Amino acid sequence: MADGTLDVEIWRGGADGAFERFTAPARENQTVLDVVTWVQRNADPSLSYRFACRVGMCGSCAMTVNGKPRWTCRTHVSRVAKDGALKIEPLKNLPIIKDLAADLAPFFEKWSAARGRFEAAIGRDDPLVPISPETAERQAASSAIECINCAVCYSACDVVAWKPDYLGPAALNRAWAAWNDVRDGDRKGVLRAVSANGGCHNCHSHQSCAEHCPVELNPTAGIAGLKRATSRAMLRGDLK
Amino acid sequence: MIAAKLFLLQRISAIALAPLVIGHLIVILVAVQDGLTADEILARTQGAVGWMLFYGVFVLAVAVHGAIGLRAILAEWTPLHPRAVDGVAAVWLLVAVALGLRAVIAVTG
Repeated sequence: MADGTLDVEIWRGGADGAFERFTAPARENQTVLDVVTWVQRNADPSLSYRFACRVGMCGSCAMTVNGKPRWTCRTHVSRVAKDGALKIEPLKNLPIIKDLAADLAPFFEKWSAARGRFEAAIGRDDPLVPISPETAERQAASSAIECINCAVCYSACDVVAWKPDYLGPAALNRAWAAWNDVRDGDRKGVLRAVSANGGCHNCHSHQSCAEHCPVELNPTAGIAGLKRATSRAMLRGDLK
Repeated sequence: MIAAKLFLLQRISAIALAPLVIGHLIVILVAVQDGLTADEILARTQGAVGWMLFYGVFVLAVAVHGAIGLRAILAEWTPLHPRAVDGVAAVWLLVAVALGLRAVIAVTG
């Protein structure tokens, strides 16, 4: 960054692609997404990447930056560049579509497999179920519901890398919220889903998910909660 | 559901192992005080139902705990087919139980 430029290496192509080097201007205040956008607009318009909101809400701009998964729209270059150098790759543990765009289909399929959807117990004409914010379940759910679906945790997870059918931290974090939602009509279904082969019991609690989560959630804690819930249910004979 | 059952079994065997390992370490420290000979060890252990139970449970807990752990390592770190992984872990379990109980019976029987 000394001479006012950044040395930027960007992954090009699919899984068998390679890094391409660009020189981008170093600015006092810029995010990694700003740099990627500069490259696409000024150096190579064929560069593919994904973003939407640019303010850390939509979770679509996550990439691997200097080896770590990050939300690029809220990651300042000054915080992550090493001697003015950036190495930007697509998210790990997911197929590459092209350049910096990873295919998130397996990630969201696992949300479904973890029983991430809400199963309504009542109809739309029934009165609303009052939920006190003080209850243990509501507070446990609160710790999990701010997920922006960016897949940073999934990319950071060692177990996903070793065991590709593992559901991963984000899907299990969603399952933890669903398990604690007392309005859900099939909460045992959540426990069944997370007890399957690639389920919560594969987690080694390395906590890479919690370390890298941009919104500071702790999926490891939720997964530990699911392990406790499934074990209790099994000892009581509710889960066979 | 097998994953959840094995997880529970892994935790239960760990709970059993925690005091057993501490007891075993204490036995080692006490046993070496007067020198360590086969006669001295057998004098303490032969016919002792307490030691037979202690080390019998120890062997079973180690065999179960180790087999489940080995299964996870093989599944994550080797390209083995899941059935082969289960087979290797099952063989390890049986070998550990057989060798362990044989030793327990030899020393405490």
